[in-house]
Amino acid sequence: MSETNERNTENIDYMTDSRPIAVGENTPGCKKRDPIVVAEDVTRSFGGINAVDVEYLEIPRHKITALIGPNGAGKTTLFNLLTGFDTPNTGKWQFEGNSLAGVSSYKVARMGMVRTFQLTKVMGKLTVMENMRLGAADQPGERLSKALFKGIWGGREKEITAQANVLLEKFKLDTKKDDYAASLSGGQRKLLEMARSLMVKPKLVMLDEPMAGVNPALTQSLLDHIKNLKAEGMTVLFVEHDMNMVRHIADWVVVMAEGKVVAEGPPGEVMKNPAVIDAYLGAHHDVDLGDAEGIKVLEAELEADEESVVGTEDAGILSEIEETKKEDGK
Amino acid sequence: MDFGFIFSSALGELFSPTTAAYALAALGLAVHFGYSGLLNFGQAGFMAVGAYGFAISTLTFDAPFFLALIISILCSVIFAFILGIPTLRLRADYLAIVTIAAAEIVRYVVTTNQLTSVTGSANGLAAFENTFYAMNPFPEGSYMGMNNRDFFIRVIGWGLVIVCCLLVWLLMRSPWGRVLKGIREDENAVRSLGKNVYAYKMQALIIGGVLGALAGMIFTLPRGAVQPSNYGTELTFFLWTCLLLGGMATVLGPVIGAMIFWVVLSLTQSLLYGLIESGAVTWLTTVQAGQLRYILVGVALMLLMIFRPQGVFGNKKELAFA
Repeated sequence: MSETNERNTENIDYMTDSRPIAVGENTPGCKKRDPIVVAEDVTRSFGGINAVDVEYLEIPRHKITALIGPNGAGKTTLFNLLTGFDTPNTGKWQFEGNSLAGVSSYKVARMGMVRTFQLTKVMGKLTVMENMRLGAADQPGERLSKALFKGIWGGREKEITAQANVLLEKFKLDTKKDDYAASLSGGQRKLLEMARSLMVKPKLVMLDEPMAGVNPALTQSLLDHIKNLKAEGMTVLFVEHDMNMVRHIADWVVVMAEGKVVAEGPPGEVMKNPAVIDAYLGAHHDVDLGDAEGIKVLEAELEADEESVVGTEDAGILSEIEETKKEDGK
Repeated sequence: MDFGFIFSSALGELFSPTTAAYALAALGLAVHFGYSGLLNFGQAGFMAVGAYGFAISTLTFDAPFFLALIISILCSVIFAFILGIPTLRLRADYLAIVTIAAAEIVRYVVTTNQLTSVTGSANGLAAFENTFYAMNPFPEGSYMGMNNRDFFIRVIGWGLVIVCCLLVWLLMRSPWGRVLKGIREDENAVRSLGKNVYAYKMQALIIGGVLGALAGMIFTLPRGAVQPSNYGTELTFFLWTCLLLGGMATVLGPVIGAMIFWVVLSLTQSLLYGLIESGAVTWLTTVQAGQLRYILVGVALMLLMIFRPQGVFGNKKELAFA
């Protein structure tokens, strides 16, 4: 089946591909038309607490998938498990049909599954350019036997540098390329880490909170970069708490809570799911409080809401009385 | 006081074979710690393995010079594997603990009486250097005030230092060296980029260890004797002093550091002895003066760390983000 799919997708522009992602219903653990990662019964417990307990999960290829969920839901642990930085207690998981059980993290990266970290990891005492070069694959000079002879690796080094220059320009780091990475700001480090992971030319990029600490102006260009990754044929899986970003760029959203996948589907659909709203989003998540319009909308919404005191005589009084009434009623 | 003698003996230390040995061993430490972030507190162990490997294969097995040299290098490679296999997957601190213990184990093993026939126990081994001096191309005579043997070991020792510095420099400017420096900064990040961190760390441990073993041989050949007491933990810490003096992630730093270390030791010793003998200092015996000079080296190191923490050759900018 996957063969026919591949043939079909050859001429498809991934940016405008609107065929359904899932096969059948959008339920937690549903089958995808073309999965790149498949995880089955993956569990990991830390001293009795099940940090991750995923029954079945498929990540769609050539799509941007967002992984959301409250703090402690096991999102980063799932990242660690998938990329070989941690070993699950049970389960099978595969990348492009190759089982990843017992495969060490560097081999996972070489297969084309590259991750970034929530706590940004840059090599502080290397320059930005050296950080980028470090990401490149197939540099023969990284072998001890060939390292002594610049003639062997010099050519590849030039290609790598050219590739790095293009990426640095895209990420607006080109003016910083000869500075030590430690001199970059937190947001710039995020950018550097993402750019560096792209040096590997991955098939699947896994970004752990790519927007944390990045200023709004940069966020917009970063969003475009991530969208463009899809155009270049990459698959993206990211963890993010910024719902605006999720809504803008994600094709598919997976919601985790207490280690389990509780919902998945296209962003619009998932964000209306009552379970997701309860567990994570909160009732008025879809209102943007960043502008005056949003506040008016929220006020209007709250006035219409029976449980809210906004717009009634009790406005400004906390709901203590209400609750005592309820308790009395019981 | 004869200042001419004091300065000429200090200058003599500058190019003594012992300084060359310290420079080589400290260069090994630079590969370990300065470039790869591996905390090796057992460099004296690597030196002992090199020295004993050479001496035992020459005396017990009658090996010719080059065979003994290769055996000694192989021994240090095996020693690096034994240290590295269990510890390189763990955090850096564990390697530090294991190396300091392993160096002591080596010293105690060669001191055991049961092995006297092979290792000479506490007395050590002697008279193994003939295969080396038999290759001396310099006819007898005076070479800058030295006899041909002293001159030969200096040429070989410093020649080796130059070759090793060149090799380390070539390695560290290569992409291989870049991966090592990346590992020093953050090994998980390097792993996430598809590099086999464990293999790189092992390679670095072996290269630094082999440099230590070569240093052990250069250290022991001019003495004509190898004794366990020479390879105690204080040797390791002197090597660290040399490394810190010169600058950690540099090639020339350890060499210059070793030179400074020995020149300062020699100067302070001669000056103190001169002062005591001339009667200017009466509150100190020559034995105490011998101890005092190490205190002075410590003070010098402290001053250096305060006013030039990156060492003589280090890059100040790198330190700004430490």
